[in-house]
Amino acid sequence: MIAGLEPLHFIWFVLIGVLFVGFFFLEGFDFGVGLATRLLAKDEEERDTVVQTIGPVWDSNEVWLITAGGAMFASFPHWYATLFSGYYIPLFLILVGLIVRGVSFEFAAHSETKREKNFWQWMLFVGSLIVPFLFGMIFTSMIQGMPIDENFNIFAKFGDYVNLMSIVGGIAVTLICFIHGLNYIRLKVEGDLRVRAERLSQKLYPLLFAGLVVFAILVYTNTDFIERRPVSTIAILAVMVAAAVAAYYGSLKGKEKLSFISTGAVLAGIVVLIFNGIFPFVMIGDVAANSMKISEAASTLYTLKTMTIVTVCILPFVLAYLSWSYYIFRKRLKVGEGNEHY
Amino acid sequence: MDILTLARIQFGMTTVFHFLFVPLSIGLGLAVAIMETLYVIKKDEIYKDMTKFWGKIFLLSFAVGVVTGIIQEFQFGMNWSEYSRFMGDIFGAPLAVEALLAFFLESTFIGLWAFTWDKVKPRTHAIFMWLVAIGSALSALWILAANSFMQHPVAFKINPETNRAEMDSFLGLLQNPQLWLEFPHVILGAFTTGAFVIVGIAAMNLRKKRNIEFNRKSLKLGAILGTIFAAATMMVGHQQMIALATDQPMKFAAMEAMYDDLEDGSWTAVAFPDTENKNAGFELKVPKLMSLLMGDDGNTTYKGMNTLDKELVEKYKGKHDIASFYVPVKTLFWSFRFMAGFGSVMAIVGLLVLFFLRNDKIMNMGWALFGTSLMAFAPFIANTSGWLITELGRFPWTVYGIFTIADSVSPNVTANQLLFTNIVYFLLFALMGTVLVKMILRENKKGPYYVDPDAANNHIDPLKKEEF
Repeated sequence: MIAGLEPLHFIWFVLIGVLFVGFFFLEGFDFGVGLATRLLAKDEEERDTVVQTIGPVWDSNEVWLITAGGAMFASFPHWYATLFSGYYIPLFLILVGLIVRGVSFEFAAHSETKREKNFWQWMLFVGSLIVPFLFGMIFTSMIQGMPIDENFNIFAKFGDYVNLMSIVGGIAVTLICFIHGLNYIRLKVEGDLRVRAERLSQKLYPLLFAGLVVFAILVYTNTDFIERRPVSTIAILAVMVAAAVAAYYGSLKGKEKLSFISTGAVLAGIVVLIFNGIFPFVMIGDVAANSMKISEAASTLYTLKTMTIVTVCILPFVLAYLSWSYYIFRKRLKVGEGNEHY
Repeated sequence: MDILTLARIQFGMTTVFHFLFVPLSIGLGLAVAIMETLYVIKKDEIYKDMTKFWGKIFLLSFAVGVVTGIIQEFQFGMNWSEYSRFMGDIFGAPLAVEALLAFFLESTFIGLWAFTWDKVKPRTHAIFMWLVAIGSALSALWILAANSFMQHPVAFKINPETNRAEMDSFLGLLQNPQLWLEFPHVILGAFTTGAFVIVGIAAMNLRKKRNIEFNRKSLKLGAILGTIFAAATMMVGHQQMIALATDQPMKFAAMEAMYDDLEDGSWTAVAFPDTENKNAGFELKVPKLMSLLMGDDGNTTYKGMNTLDKELVEKYKGKHDIASFYVPVKTLFWSFRFMAGFGSVMAIVGLLVLFFLRNDKIMNMGWALFGTSLMAFAPFIANTSGWLITELGRFPWTVYGIFTIADSVSPNVTANQLLFTNIVYFLLFALMGTVLVKMILRENKKGPYYVDPDAANNHIDPLKKEEF
């Protein structure tokens, strides 16, 4: 079918996609919750409750990203090297966002003055804003084609990272994460906060629909996705729109689970759309000859085989205790109750 | 500055900073798990108070360790893309397994542990902490499997077509003899770190007569763990040193500041080597001690740096034309003495503390408590020195004998970008370090029995079914 593409290459290409889906589905609502600390919560008590919804789980959600990075390094070293060095500054800013966000939970909890606590909670907000935005930007600029040289190195200009489509992509991902976070809050809290989260999300859906339409048009004009894979690309876009509609419906009818799963599906849809669109490449070059094939980027079959065995052995356990941990924390929270750890 | 220097500064800076908090959280994690287990067994509330109090400090240090770890992972691709391309086939695998096997475990159960006090059975709660501790030990194992390969490459071949390293055997990677010296040394060092931070803080509190019973128990437990682990760390370190003499002779020679071949088996206690003229300079030698330490018969010759440099230049000629193989001698020489010196001091102080804790004699020895409280700094000096030896002594290689640092750096990242990120990282580290230390000291001042006046009405009845 495709020259040089082994089944293991394909499996790991899909697995990397799965890890990014896991990351956006799970950490996606963490970002949204982080945004809700300023855009939904009215006072300190509400803010504490909002933060508390993700307190026990945000760390393991972030591990999906770390695993995706490690797995990419192991299975597609060239992809990892090209992408990470090519997107130096955006990735650095993502790291800054993840750092200030990551310490904010503990630092806010151990703050002594209101001002100090406020500072670290703002850091949570800032991190939750820039990280999804930059990820959206990276992914959507990547699929438009980057200047890759014969040694797989990217020498890009500012406009290659920052352009109309990448900004739309960044805003879209941030917006979906925010709505996803609101849907998570609807699932996790009781009372007034839950009602307001529902109302706020209702107001945001029209914006999301408009964003999805613009995004679809840009996919058509700025990438060759629809040209190369018309059926699957349009099908995925359609599923994304349907999921967004379902989320809206769930928000109007008070069905939280439906909304939450649906906004998660929209986020997953973006990853699937991109992975489907770039296949059989991992990086799209600004000229076709410069694109990097999956088979060119991959490790040896021995390494991939080893990794597959390890993954098959460990992943079921990981998924089991992750689900169990969500089950343990299934109880809804009330504002004003003792919700801190300890 | 050129990109290579800036990238090296960045790697050094992040590694050192990361490795201040990682051993602290690994060590405190184990200590807290032991305290909680004692609580479950003895049902004595004081162990619960200890678990909670030291657990708070553990959580704070864990947070900083985690976020700096993400930088480390991304940094390979961002700053060292050529290294990642060359080594990805081998280096990536343990990194991915680390995430899958260790990070998920650690992060999930730390969340469960921190948020389920009084919501699950004490025994279950203690198991959560043990799983966190096991997770962090596993994480150390896998990352050190990767580092061991860089120090002592095994189970691989170079593909002549692509000029990349390829993994020959995953099990071979795990059977690397270097790993089974490096892992125990590092993990035991981490356990020592946690123990001596407890020892140091508890001693400081006892000197100020704060919560006597609580701090006495903490001091005792910390001293027991610290003495055992410090001694064990040194024993493994000794084995490592013997292996080093054959595996990385230049590093070994630099640690002893030996420019000339060593034939008389003497050991250099103090040296001010003349790096310009490449000779020993002022030295203070102890006869026969080296032979004794290395367990040889006294007739073994250890090659000096001058000999080794010539040999290495000859050995790699044509493949890697490197003019000089000298490593930073003074740093290695003194780092080794700091590491081993503070290691010994910790073991001795641990024993003395235990001795004077009988009949509580130590309580009235203000000066001894003061000296002991300073011990909180010792493990950090020893850990940092250890990594400086390990990583600087590897010069000029990223993968020993195979791939150089100069070939590893990303060609498409500019010096300005690196300068910018170095400055921001430095500021971030300074901020996080300051805040963390401030918060640990503040928590300590509040002590284990502090009740937040605002939290008085935030009361959950742990026995109510709905709270589960």
